[in-house]
Amino acid sequence: MTNLDIFLWIIFPYISLTIFILGHIYRYNTDQFGWTAKSSQFLEQKRLRFGSTVFHWGIIFVFFGHVGGLLIPKLWFDTIGITDDMYHFGAIWFGGLAGLAVVIGGFFLFLRRVAVKRIVKNSSVSDYVALIMLGIVVLVGFTNTAGYTATGGSFDYRVTIGPWLREILTLRPSEGMVLAMAQAPIGFKLHVSLAFVLFAIWPFTRLVHVFSLPLKYLNRNYVVYRNIKPYHKTKVAEKKEIN
Amino acid sequence: MKIKAQFGMVMNLDKCIGCHTCSVTCSNTWTNRPGTEYMYWNNVETKPGVGYPKEWENNDEKKGGWHLKNGKLELKAGGKFSKLINIFYNKDLVEIDDYYEPWTYDYENLVNSPEKDHQPVARPKSQLTGEYMDITWGPNWEDDLAGAHETGKNDPNMRNLDEQIKFEFEETFMMYLPRICEHCQNPSCVSSCPSGAMYKREEDGIVLVDQDSCRSWRFCMTGCPYKKVYFNWKTNKAEKCTFCFPRIENGQPTICSETCVGRLRYIGIVLYDADKVLEAASVEDEKDLYEAQLGTFLDPFDPVIQKEAVKQGIPEDWIEAAQKSPVYKLAVEQKIALPLHPEYRTMPMVWYIPPLSPFMNALGGQVDSLSPDVIFPTINQFRIPIDYLASLFTAGDTGVIKKVLRKLVAMRTYMRAVQLNKPFDHSILEAAGMTEEVAEEMYQLSAIAKYEDRYVIPKSHREDSGDMFSHQGNAGFEFMEACRSCMGGGQEADPLEYYESGFWRELDESSPKGV
Ligand code: HEM
Ligand code: SF4
Ligand code: SF4
Repeated sequence: MTNLDIFLWIIFPYISLTIFILGHIYRYNTDQFGWTAKSSQFLEQKRLRFGSTVFHWGIIFVFFGHVGGLLIPKLWFDTIGITDDMYHFGAIWFGGLAGLAVVIGGFFLFLRRVAVKRIVKNSSVSDYVALIMLGIVVLVGFTNTAGYTATGGSFDYRVTIGPWLREILTLRPSEGMVLAMAQAPIGFKLHVSLAFVLFAIWPFTRLVHVFSLPLKYLNRNYVVYRNIKPYHKTKVAEKKEIN
Repeated sequence: MKIKAQFGMVMNLDKCIGCHTCSVTCSNTWTNRPGTEYMYWNNVETKPGVGYPKEWENNDEKKGGWHLKNGKLELKAGGKFSKLINIFYNKDLVEIDDYYEPWTYDYENLVNSPEKDHQPVARPKSQLTGEYMDITWGPNWEDDLAGAHETGKNDPNMRNLDEQIKFEFEETFMMYLPRICEHCQNPSCVSSCPSGAMYKREEDGIVLVDQDSCRSWRFCMTGCPYKKVYFNWKTNKAEKCTFCFPRIENGQPTICSETCVGRLRYIGIVLYDADKVLEAASVEDEKDLYEAQLGTFLDPFDPVIQKEAVKQGIPEDWIEAAQKSPVYKLAVEQKIALPLHPEYRTMPMVWYIPPLSPFMNALGGQVDSLSPDVIFPTINQFRIPIDYLASLFTAGDTGVIKKVLRKLVAMRTYMRAVQLNKPFDHSILEAAGMTEEVAEEMYQLSAIAKYEDRYVIPKSHREDSGDMFSHQGNAGFEFMEACRSCMGGGQEADPLEYYESGFWRELDESSPKGV
């Protein structure tokens, strides 16, 4: 275990996660006004349609794929009778397709952002940084799936990266897993490290919109009322919505 | 019965001269910031025409407002679940080009240009890209029917008219339609906002966007059938007409009303029963929506209503204001003001007295010797077709329009007779369903009303609300965050003080922020 390994697989992830968490808290408390998805559909929508839809549905599946592959222990799959072959089939085909959607959708979003004049002129540095960093992480990740796992690579991230990540997240990193990371193929190492770079910049970009998915809308009344003034405090709890 | 007070406006279209003063003063007050320069919260359209944005009335396509789905009221653009599924791309969004691409001019060239054979010119430059552009559409492109021979046929209100009266040159007609946000009783913009950033004010019905809670999901713009929620393309947030609430809270009229050259605007409150709104907005036949909305308004002179209103916390002076309200008089008592496009089912609160067209013209020279048999049939020959007005104000019910026009004609003929000391055939008033007193009252309010009669605006009760300054920044457009606490020495707002409503309670106990 070299110092570099310790830095890459223990220190840096913790720095990144700390920035991720504190950054979000800080931004949420100081910059409600900037906490948005920054929709640019009003300026251009023909190209956005394909790019945004494909990218987002892709990344949602990719997210759940990561939960399934990394956060849920392999043992759990074994227990409910999902064999390695079944898992790999799913990971390669569904994971691969979702990854492809993200890559293509993201590429369209990128093209739009650098080619459509109105969008170019109205993009901030953070818009580019977020999109490009995301693009790099996704491309490396997709290369791993398509170029390594699917072609029969012997590295199993479910017994290496997975447990390592769970150890990191539960605050008890072990030497064994750090070593396993150190021996992972370069593509995987790159993907993980770059992802932690992305997490560190995340709170300072438009990516914060991910945490604002308005699920509350589903069981809210349609019309929202707010009071200007606290008159008649006694009636507070009364629901002030009509339909 | 849940009694609420609600501000409303009435505009008397006969008096609009299409000067756009209202649009300009509004724009100077509210939308002179980058990203908002294309917005006209108040705009004045020449009808017929496609309007601003293009074809906003075509809600079969634009999907604004509500419709009945299996007998139940539902957003036309789709319900809550469908919104979340389509959140990555709003398939019904109106683009900026439908309003127009904002531009400025290269003024510097006029000063800096070297000596040349020709005069230097200031070329138009897009404010979106900074590049030179050709202007092909603007906020007011169809002013006074300019180009209407091309665009006018796309006006959705023309669908119901006979082919031949449409655009034959001789028959061409026009009218002005000044528009602001309707501050609807059943606002579909508020209902379309997934993050709950839009809200209707409990006390006065004003509909606002909380700039801090808006998350850029851009569904409100589709939701509003009048297309009166705008997107600030610099801040990526929704903005809309505020009914000039800082002025209103102080008892002053909105800036568009204050500066209206034709003095055609009226502002007042109505009391209404919030429990009846859903039912009224859900009546099956579109033509019944006007009456249904009238049915939600409460009689401020009825002692039972007054008692109940006080019990429910409506201040006494607001009840008094409701009695003096010109909106109540014109819409409910005299029944000459009508809602714009009631078929959108949002129950709009800016109502209009329809224009009469050049009325003396239609009657020829015989105006003083008229009987109802002569006078009322001419209504059908007015320049502005009844069908057209019906399409704007009554979901196609021509009967209501005729009734209103009759009243207006009867009032005018009566007043003409009075002022010229001529004999008057009283059956004209009777046939219009009016008495002399009503005619006199209508005349007072629509022709010579003073400032205090046109604007009956009860002040917001500051004594209950602590320091109103500290409310700034929670609503409206105060997004210079840093200065929140330095305004007028105002104390820091305790968010709980201001957001009592059930909705925000559920989300976050301690602050007005959204998800
Ligand atoms: C949780 C569910 C999510 C929702 C509801 C959502 C919604 C949106 C919306 C409404 C936009 C603006 C589109 C427009 O211009 O109109 C957007 C843009 C964007 N989203 Fe998401 N998003 C979600 C998840 C994600 C995730 C997980 C990522 C990536 C990690 C992501 C990355 C982006 C990026 C990069 C853009 C900017 C695209 C551009 O360059 O224009 N989103 N999102
Ligand atoms: S007119 Fe105003 S209140 Fe009514 S739906 Fe449109 S924005 Fe909302
Ligand atoms: S200021 Fe008054 S008269 Fe002039 S366009 Fe506006 S509403 Fe009409």
